[in-house]
Amino acid sequence: MLKVQDLHVSVFGTPILKGLSLEVNPGEVHAIMGPNGSGKSTLSNVIAGRDGYEVTSGSIEYIGKDLTELEADERACEGIFLAFQYPVEIPGVSNMAMLKAAVNSMRKYRGEDEMSAAEFLQLIKKKAELVQMKQEFLKRSVNEGFSGGEKKRNEILQMAMLEPTLALLDETDSGLDIDALKVVADGVNALRSPERSMVVVTHYQRLLDYIVPDHVHVLANGQIVKSGDKSLALELEERGYGWIEDEVSGLQEAS
Amino acid sequence: MNEVVENPAQEQNRELSELVKREYKEGFFTDIESDTLAPGLSEDVVRIISAKKNEPEFMLEYRLKAFRKWQKMKEPEWAHIDYPKIDFQDISYYSAPKVQPQLESLDEVDPKLLETYERLGIPLEEQKMLANVAVDAVFDSVSVRTTFRETLSEAGVIFMPISEAVHEHPELVKKYLSSVVPVQDNYYAALNSAVFSDGSFVYIPKGVRCPMELSTYFRINEMNTGQFERTLIIADEGSYVSYLEGCTAPQRDENQLHAAVVELVAHKDAEIKYSTVQNWYPGDENGKGGIYNFVTKRGICKGDNSKISWTQVETGSAITWKYPSVVLQGDHSVGEFYSVALTHNKQQADTGTKMIHMGKNTSSTIISKGISAGHGQNAYRGLVKVLKGADNARNFSQCDSLLMGDRCGAHTFPYVEVQNPSANLEHEATTSKISEDQLFYLMQRGLSEEAAVSMIVNGFCKEVFRELPMEFAVEAQKLLDISLEGAVG
Repeated sequence: MLKVQDLHVSVFGTPILKGLSLEVNPGEVHAIMGPNGSGKSTLSNVIAGRDGYEVTSGSIEYIGKDLTELEADERACEGIFLAFQYPVEIPGVSNMAMLKAAVNSMRKYRGEDEMSAAEFLQLIKKKAELVQMKQEFLKRSVNEGFSGGEKKRNEILQMAMLEPTLALLDETDSGLDIDALKVVADGVNALRSPERSMVVVTHYQRLLDYIVPDHVHVLANGQIVKSGDKSLALELEERGYGWIEDEVSGLQEAS
Repeated sequence: MNEVVENPAQEQNRELSELVKREYKEGFFTDIESDTLAPGLSEDVVRIISAKKNEPEFMLEYRLKAFRKWQKMKEPEWAHIDYPKIDFQDISYYSAPKVQPQLESLDEVDPKLLETYERLGIPLEEQKMLANVAVDAVFDSVSVRTTFRETLSEAGVIFMPISEAVHEHPELVKKYLSSVVPVQDNYYAALNSAVFSDGSFVYIPKGVRCPMELSTYFRINEMNTGQFERTLIIADEGSYVSYLEGCTAPQRDENQLHAAVVELVAHKDAEIKYSTVQNWYPGDENGKGGIYNFVTKRGICKGDNSKISWTQVETGSAITWKYPSVVLQGDHSVGEFYSVALTHNKQQADTGTKMIHMGKNTSSTIISKGISAGHGQNAYRGLVKVLKGADNARNFSQCDSLLMGDRCGAHTFPYVEVQNPSANLEHEATTSKISEDQLFYLMQRGLSEEAAVSMIVNGFCKEVFRELPMEFAVEAQKLLDISLEGAVG
């Protein structure tokens, strides 16, 4: 589904990703772990198509399409969803209005009719239960005055509404207490399906106790330096990132 | 075949133009042969204007007094706007309403204009009227107007051109004209008082709730309102009226200078809600050819518990200079000002409000939203004045500016004068940019860049839009979208 090959990305002229390769198949959950500054967020931003992230070489292929050819909104309509590390506030625009516009924009892209107001209302009620979000939140301005946990829950609600094919979760656990983390993880797990792939970017292994990945990759210095199953995450938890970095630099010296 | 089709239309045209002519005859334009005066302003010109309109003596005196004051006044220069000097002797001050050449069908109308109408969601019949296409007999403006008039007169509401009110209700005109905006109030108000062309007169009798928004009527009546518009609205004790001025459809005019005066009087327990959507031609990208709009709008809450509320959406004109104000004379009276002003390309706006607290326990609210894009310059200028006797006056002001791009400007000039220590004033101001973060966030949810900008801007304006009558709120949103086209990127 997603095939990243030898990807080099610069942000404002500074190389951040330096030859990253990653393949994600339908239904798989991949965790990308790594120390701060390793390029984790860059990866999710470049896949989602954020301005300022320049692909200098390599390729990103998604369901057979060259992603770099598409604008951010087109990628979203193609089924790529990014749950933001820092969800953005949009004053004066209700959650509900934003989601309705988003849902209909995507339906239009697919050549479908707009969803009726009644249908939409029913759907959003159902999905809001999934992340234990009260009705009144739907009427409030997007993320305005939301607590950290509420913002993250809101991201998962949006994901549930938009039903992406590929979901990128960027540090979804940051700033969450354990109860909020459980709610968010339950929401994510409920959305796991054989057709939907997820890339979970995180610093800590804690989240992976709840969202159990099929594959774990360690990102360091702009490259994936080690891949394994979920036991790799546990090892990282125990030993920190230092040993990997040592291992990598050792390898580099040896070669 | 073609001829057969054309003939009835031509006939209808003739009928219509005859109808229009007849109306003038029945009205007060007795002499329409020589219909435009040579440029220039003098006492003689003022006399001719008054004579052409067949005005009673008191009106001539009123105009002359205003003209003499105006002669001694100077054009104000304090506003944050920049334009070439206006030669007031190079303007013609009287021109009888012209019958514009009528078109056979919408096919003959500039397709660009039609596209705009379409996107604003203006109904087909109304599009025809705006574009000056011959309209179906069922929907000709005369019959619609008549229907409205009947409904209103049953309620005792007086709603007519001020030029007619001068004749039919001279006692009301005499009593209220310039009772809120004195002739010498400012340069443009004095000019308007001397030469005003026409406008609306509204009187709502005691205890009457006006049975309709005085909006639909006005949109139809909008054509040829002229350069120097004059509006006077009086809400007698315990009455209510909602009035909508303007039109979301683009308005072009050969006259570059517009100087209107609007006066509102709210008696005890009365409420006036005045909404404006202004979309005059803003000029091209270089600001060439746009309308200069110098407007004086003021209302007085004369009686206790009265309320005046101004709501404006200003997207047009090359230059906007206007400060809808409220004088809070009655105890417990309330004044409100909700404004969205958008400047794009080379547009300049200096707009705001004045809230003058005189009575006890008066309160006022100011919500101003300025949007600047391109090279647009947007200034909020507001005064909150609390006089000595105004115990427990309250004001809340919020002035927000939204910048798009880095060549535009937003300026805030809040003035406060308080002479009573019990006053409670709050002022909040913010300036923000549409951030890359917001755009990316919404685009990541599948919205196009244009839809994302529109959503952010409409969110920014929400507090003002919700004050507008429903149908116009929708149109105003679309209008902002169209006005902002090409502002991002």
